[in-house]
Amino acid sequence: MKILLKIIKYQLHDLSRSKWIIIYTTFFFLLSYSLFTFNKDFSRVLISLMNVVLIIIPLVSTIFGTIHYYNSKEYIVFMLSQPIKRSTLFFGLYIGLALPLALSFVVGTSIPILFNLGNIHGGFDVLIFLFIAGFFQTIIFCSIAFLIATLNENKMLGLGLATFSWLAFSAIYDALILFLLQILQDYPIEKISIILSMLNPIDLARLLVILKLDISALMGYTGAVFQKFFGSSLGTILSILSLIVWAVIPFFIGIRNFSKKDF
Amino acid sequence: MITLNNYSKQYGSLKALSEINLNIPSGSLTFLVGPNASGKTTLIKSLLGLVKPTSGNIAVNGITLNGDYEYRKEIGYVSQIANFPDNLTVDEIFRMVKDLREKQKNYDEELVSGFQLEPAFNKRLKTLSGGTRQKVNVAVAFLFDPKIIILDEPTAGLDPVASSLLKDKILKENKKGKTIIFTSHILSEMEELAQNVVFLLEGKIFFNGTVKDLINSTNRQNLERAIASIMNGVQK
Amino acid sequence: MSGSKKIAFAMFIFFFLVFIFLNQLSAKILLVGAAQKYQRIKTAIAAATKGDTVLVNSGYYSEGTITLTKSITILGKDYPVISGEGKTEILLVKTDGVMIKGITFSNAGLSFIHDNAAIKLDSVKNCVIEGNKFKNNFFGIYLAKSQHCQIMNNEISSSSIRETYSGNGIHLWYCRDITIKDNHIRGHRDGIYLEFVRHSLIKNNISEKNVRYGLHFMFSDSCSYSNNVFIKNGAGVAVMYTHYVTMTDNKFEQNWGGGAYGLLLKEISNSRIENNYFYKNSSGIYLEGCTRIKSAGNNFIENGWAIRLMANSMENIFERNNFIGNTFDISTNSTKNYNTFNNNYWSEYKGYDLNKDGIGDIPYHPVKLFSVITERNRPTLILLRSFFVELLNIAETIFPTLTPETLIDKNPAMRKFL
Repeated sequence: MKILLKIIKYQLHDLSRSKWIIIYTTFFFLLSYSLFTFNKDFSRVLISLMNVVLIIIPLVSTIFGTIHYYNSKEYIVFMLSQPIKRSTLFFGLYIGLALPLALSFVVGTSIPILFNLGNIHGGFDVLIFLFIAGFFQTIIFCSIAFLIATLNENKMLGLGLATFSWLAFSAIYDALILFLLQILQDYPIEKISIILSMLNPIDLARLLVILKLDISALMGYTGAVFQKFFGSSLGTILSILSLIVWAVIPFFIGIRNFSKKDF
Repeated sequence: MITLNNYSKQYGSLKALSEINLNIPSGSLTFLVGPNASGKTTLIKSLLGLVKPTSGNIAVNGITLNGDYEYRKEIGYVSQIANFPDNLTVDEIFRMVKDLREKQKNYDEELVSGFQLEPAFNKRLKTLSGGTRQKVNVAVAFLFDPKIIILDEPTAGLDPVASSLLKDKILKENKKGKTIIFTSHILSEMEELAQNVVFLLEGKIFFNGTVKDLINSTNRQNLERAIASIMNGVQK
Repeated sequence: MSGSKKIAFAMFIFFFLVFIFLNQLSAKILLVGAAQKYQRIKTAIAAATKGDTVLVNSGYYSEGTITLTKSITILGKDYPVISGEGKTEILLVKTDGVMIKGITFSNAGLSFIHDNAAIKLDSVKNCVIEGNKFKNNFFGIYLAKSQHCQIMNNEISSSSIRETYSGNGIHLWYCRDITIKDNHIRGHRDGIYLEFVRHSLIKNNISEKNVRYGLHFMFSDSCSYSNNVFIKNGAGVAVMYTHYVTMTDNKFEQNWGGGAYGLLLKEISNSRIENNYFYKNSSGIYLEGCTRIKSAGNNFIENGWAIRLMANSMENIFERNNFIGNTFDISTNSTKNYNTFNNNYWSEYKGYDLNKDGIGDIPYHPVKLFSVITERNRPTLILLRSFFVELLNIAETIFPTLTPETLIDKNPAMRKFL
């Protein structure tokens, strides 16, 4: 535990000075700031922030996470020649990456919000869920990034896979669901549509936010399963639980690979 | 003491090391030689637990390696390529490795001053030259006064002054009873250090003995020539 | 004015006042209560004559159905309770000019055959029902074939769960010139129900948490609805088969559900819907077979669908409305459009205004492709706001194929209307 904290500490020292993290934080700051400047309606701000949470965070987390792992390869070898347990190192590297990325998002986004608190009327619940969603997107896609990197020694292949997995989760998967739902129109498909969405971490984060943002529309469908899922806290609870599963499973597969592999 | 019993390592279909039996006594100074891809680095990484065996086992000071990490307290390792987090300073690297290991009363900082690293203490790693980074890498390995020191191409990137300083240090530590294993592709450079030579070829030990024995058996004037003649013999 | 004329005028005034005074004197006040002359309301009414007031002291009265055939006033002191014991109708008014005030009516009996009401007005004129409380009645106030009546300041509540076990709060059938004002209706089947009603005014009422509609009217031309609040009703407000309706300054809030509408308009024509506020409804306004409706100055805020405009609606005009933060602004099941959208404010509008005239330089397309998809296949809602869906929407705005090309706002406002 002590060692883990030390590893995290020095990772944070390193990444907090990294220009990429600074750029990433600045990006969120400027984005949030300009959204407040150019939009009169808070709902527009929320929708734009949501798109960022759902698209940019997974993209940056996977790509940056994969590159970070590959760039740390010699450092990993060095650390493993010290009396350190492999899983501890992996855990430390992971937290040392996911934490600054998540903080970048939270800090960068929330400063302009704090300055504009006076202009915000309602929508705080959506905002809170946006932050929760952004946090989960970061930790999930960092663990996916590490999983991909531990599975592939080849950096180019790993980066390609990272990009593809982002594309698959953010667009291709939903395209397939839409296609499927259109084909199966005449069958009872509401349950399938919910289950399929819950298998994709980006969809999960999206559900978490639209459960607050678009509840009026979601309740506009009479299906009993929809009503139950969206009408109670069941949807929120299930989404958060699934997000946790999504963060944990790739992480543990990653840690297992990391413990077994040769360096 | 380091012992390898029937140790094999295979990457896919590639046999990096096959059935190695080797005994490196405590306090010895061993020069691990062999052409590229002969298995030197794999062997060293095996000793550090970085590479897991396909079959066989390794024992360090009587303890068989099985994923345990405690034994590495006794090992200092200088890797071929040094790389640390870009944005840490030299000072932070030293503090970090000290933090990661148990507190010690005395740190062996002879090389830190010898390499004149102090002026670089507040500089970030990414601003340093490859040579300076290698100096940090080497200095860290000696910091804890470990019983075993393993150096993989340690002089690569070092200037002649630093290089000779390191060689002196190796001899000095060996005199104090440390077990030292090192590799180098420049045989002549390290020849003066070597007592024992382990010659690896295609994943097998081709020769294991003193330098004198090797030179005598081949009738050549130095180590480099002796090795070259062996390799020529093998190719014919 | 000459002297004699002055005297004549003074005398006229004098006799007029005397007449009024005598008239007042002749009107009796009959007291009802445990310690009063009359213990029962029925006996007091039997003793009353036209113009008398029956003053009911606080207490609990259970007298079956009380029938009123005299033009009298029934006044409650500290809200006496008159109960139907869950069996009968409570008060049946069969004559004109009755006034009922300050009474609590409770438990008018549920019936599957009769529309039992706490107060039923049957074919009467000029009645006033004011400041009463209605608790757990089958129907609250029921007017049939009546005219020129006023229903004001009543508190009408029930705790219905199922439609079939509940009646309406205020129910009008074949009535005209009725004023329904400042009432608070809760938990009935329909809060206010009108069928075959003409020239009536419904104002300042609050109708909430009713099982079916907050307000429901059919075949009721030339009525006006203003400043009412409709919140969390099972299915919102429904307006059907009616012409010349005026709906202004009403609030429609939080009517959620697949069959729930802020305002459901079916076969409505020549009507005005202005300055209303639609907030967080599944569908703000749903129009089916509607023509020549002018919708202006309304606020549509955070609804699922601000407006669902079905294919058979035409010649409707939507002007100077605010569309803010709705999941979908407009959806339609048609690829054609015969309605006009002009100079509305759309929070989703991303255009610019180079000449600074307050009007966006490029038209706004309020129908998104995805709203058309969900209109046909509801479970696809699960993909709402996904990256892929946004891509589809963008592609559709560039090459419209499924959305009506002419359904655009050519003069979108840059600033919201206050």
